[in-house]
Amino acid sequence: MMRDDEVSQRTRRRFLIDTAALAGVAGIGLALEADPAAATPGSMHDAIRKIVGEAPLGKGRVKIDIPALIENGNAVPLTVSCDSPMTQEDHVKAIHVFTEKNPQPNVIGVHLGPRAGRASVSTRIRLSDSQKLIAVAQMNDGSFWSDEVEVVVTLAACLEGT
Amino acid sequence: MARALINAPANAKRGEAIEIKTLISHTMETGFRPDSTGKPLPRDIITDFTCKYNGQEIFRAELFPTIAANPFLTFFTLATESGTLSFEWTGDNGFTATESVNISVE
Repeated sequence: MMRDDEVSQRTRRRFLIDTAALAGVAGIGLALEADPAAATPGSMHDAIRKIVGEAPLGKGRVKIDIPALIENGNAVPLTVSCDSPMTQEDHVKAIHVFTEKNPQPNVIGVHLGPRAGRASVSTRIRLSDSQKLIAVAQMNDGSFWSDEVEVVVTLAACLEGT
Repeated sequence: MARALINAPANAKRGEAIEIKTLISHTMETGFRPDSTGKPLPRDIITDFTCKYNGQEIFRAELFPTIAANPFLTFFTLATESGTLSFEWTGDNGFTATESVNISVE
C-alpha cells in the first residue's frame, strides 16, 4: 500500500532536467504526473476512492480543526471530530484524513466504535505546501461524510533535507 | 524501548467519556528526505497504534509518513469498568513499544 518502492531516486536537478525533457515531448501535464514525490489532487481522490469505493460522499457531519495559517509545517496540530451520538445503533466506524500535495495522500486512518464515547481524534502532522485537506468519516450504516479545508503553510516540512 | 507518555485519568465515573493522550518518541523518517548524497533516507515510521481496554480493542490508528515526529494521538473512550488500558505501537524495522496504565471506575 505504501509507495516507498516508487520513491524517486533522482535528485532535484535530475528531476528538473527530466521535467524539461518530458515537457518538450509530452506536455507539462504529463511531466507533473510523472513526479512520484508529490501527491496530486488526482492521487488524493484515488486514495479517497480506495476507502469510500463507489458509495456517495456527503458533505458535513465531520469537522477538521486546523490553523488556517501555519507557520511551521513540521508539526501542525490537527483535530478531526464527528457529529455522532456514538451509540450502538449510530456511530462512527472510521475517520480518514488526506492531503493534496504531500508526497503521498494518506495522513491517518483511525478506527473507532461505540465505546469511543466521542468521535474526536487529535494528532500532529507534516504539511509540505499550502494545500487542501480532506477528512472522510465512515458511519456504521455505511454512509460516508467529508469535510475539506484550505491551509496556508509558510515554512514547509522539509522534503529537500536540511 | 522508545519512551512513551500516556495521559489518562486515574479515576473516572462509569459511562463518562475520558480523553486519552499518547505521545511516543520516534523520528518518523518519511522516506522522502534525501541525505547528503542525494539518496532518500529509508523510511522508518510507526505504522500502527492500538489501544485496548481490558484486552478489548477500543481504538486503532494507521499512521503514514505525514504524521509528525514523535507521534501524538488524542482520543476518547467510555469508562466502563476498572482495569487496564494498554497501548501498542508497531512500525518499520520491527519497531514495537507497549505501555499500559490503570484506571479505576466508580
